[in-house]
Amino acid sequence: MSAQTVSPRLADQIRVAEEPHRGQWQMFWRRFRRHKLAVVSAGILIFIFAVAALAPIVAPYDPNKTDTQLARFGEPASPSLAHPFGSDQLGRDQLSRIIYGARVSLVVGFLATGVAIIFGTIVGSIAGYAGKWADMLIMRLADVLLAFPPLLFLMAALASVNKTIVSIALVIAIISWMNVARLVRGEFLVLRQREYTEAARAVGASAPSIIFRELLPNALGPIIVAASLGIPGTILTESTLSFLGFGLQPPTASWGNMLQNSFSMMRDFGAWWMIVFPGFMIALTVLSFNFLGDGLRDALDPRTRPD
Amino acid sequence: MTAYIIRRLLWMIPILIGVSIICFALLKQAPGDPVSAIVASSRDSGSQMTQADRDNLREQYGLNNPVWVQYYDWASLAIRGNFGDSTRSNQPVWDVIKTRLPNTVKLAGVSLLFTLAIALPLGIISAVKQYSKLDYFLTFFNFVGISIPQFWLGLMLVYIFAVELGWFPSTGMQGAYVEDGTWPLIKDRFMHYVLPVASITLVGIAGYMRFQRAAMLEVIRQDYIRTARAKGLSERVVIFKHAWRNALIPIITLMGYIFVILVEGSVVVENIFSWPGMGQLAVLSLNQRDYPVIMAIVLLSATLILIGTLLSDIVYAIVDPRIRYD
Repeated sequence: MSAQTVSPRLADQIRVAEEPHRGQWQMFWRRFRRHKLAVVSAGILIFIFAVAALAPIVAPYDPNKTDTQLARFGEPASPSLAHPFGSDQLGRDQLSRIIYGARVSLVVGFLATGVAIIFGTIVGSIAGYAGKWADMLIMRLADVLLAFPPLLFLMAALASVNKTIVSIALVIAIISWMNVARLVRGEFLVLRQREYTEAARAVGASAPSIIFRELLPNALGPIIVAASLGIPGTILTESTLSFLGFGLQPPTASWGNMLQNSFSMMRDFGAWWMIVFPGFMIALTVLSFNFLGDGLRDALDPRTRPD
Repeated sequence: MTAYIIRRLLWMIPILIGVSIICFALLKQAPGDPVSAIVASSRDSGSQMTQADRDNLREQYGLNNPVWVQYYDWASLAIRGNFGDSTRSNQPVWDVIKTRLPNTVKLAGVSLLFTLAIALPLGIISAVKQYSKLDYFLTFFNFVGISIPQFWLGLMLVYIFAVELGWFPSTGMQGAYVEDGTWPLIKDRFMHYVLPVASITLVGIAGYMRFQRAAMLEVIRQDYIRTARAKGLSERVVIFKHAWRNALIPIITLMGYIFVILVEGSVVVENIFSWPGMGQLAVLSLNQRDYPVIMAIVLLSATLILIGTLLSDIVYAIVDPRIRYD
């Protein structure tokens, strides 16, 4: 009875322990491959990336070209062979708009998360390493921003700036760096006490050298996990803002603003294709990022199989 | 403990001042002001305002003063609880909020009850039957739940259950025409709750379920659970009496976070279902540049979030004697 009833968790640990010594990347890949959903998700994301990057080539129509022959009397055209995802009330091809909209979601997702993670890591490092008034100042600013409901902050901020992909990403980053900063600061407070940090200080290493060579590399795991959670969250936030009318303005297509007008079209004309396809793409992309993040976490840190 | 609570309450003051300054600065930064919104609406009603009219209005609203003077004027009234008048409806801000806040509280409260009633038991089952088929299914459902945009779920529910099947209404809190009598009235109100509550609940379940599962897994590995089993207690008693009680403690830490979720959820869902609450008011006011109302909404939500966090810390310390604040 005993050999077979080893829990999957323990079995995993045994397998990891028995693995012959390999390069780090090879080990990473072996573990990552076991998470089937993460591998499938990576494939889906690569496909979405490729399509977004090649949008002008793969999109069957100009995303902003209206066609009143197609959308007669302002009624959205239902899916057909020529327009597999149908058209909107102006006769614009939905498939082409979804392809171009992918660019918005991906760029905002990566840019906002990247800026938030880098900024959060920098100020978190300063707070955790320098302490004293720098720590005080940074953490109090974080407290203030954390008291805002993020969506209200974003709507108020975006009401006042020219809405471009970059400005939207930066505004999202401004309200998202605090948790990373807290996390890095917490890690630093612990790591600062470790023997190897003491040793580095004892042999006269400079502050930047201690931060970059001793502290940051050891805090990298949680930072990567935060980043992998941040991207899907940001994509959801951007699409919500666009849906509420605080994102990129028409005619530029984004998945969120495609859904903005779809409500009345769906109610008046039963145009289900105007809500199903853009929303499905958001959900699929976010879901894939979440699975990918889950796989990364398992592969990067075999000790913490997330429960 | 009392000293700790007082210190935390006092600490809320500078935070709220910070929130108000940032919010005020953001709004003043915006192109267009309440006057331009008024000008636009007067144009819609057929009469063009003269430049002199606009200048007068700007003067009346104090929009020609330097920003810090404007902030000081606003703050010196706000500190006495006077948030001014809405520039959109000319009513005092509190009156506007008073008519809308209860609607949001009702929607959010009902949704929260359903969310917890469904999510917590599922989290427990998932943990007790870890690595079972059911656990894997719930884990997958959980990933889907955190990945679906709430507004899309709302739109899909409207399409399926309101447009296609026609089972439930999709706008507002009540029907335009309701038959006389108590039952038709209750039924009408009830039907209006179904889709908005479902939109908030279905998305909310995912996060709580995951959290409860993790907390429960933590607890059932503890020695006192093994002891309880060793005593020969039935599995039901062990799980529900010994384990669940302790696994509920981490849920308390979500309390501050719950307010964030409810504020955010209400903005999205109220706008889809034309629910006359705070979330709809927020979007309306931002579009109309109704600054006094926005300031009040932001400060109100920030206060709720801060109090929620404080309450969760206090309750946490009460139920878990190992936690000490000083």
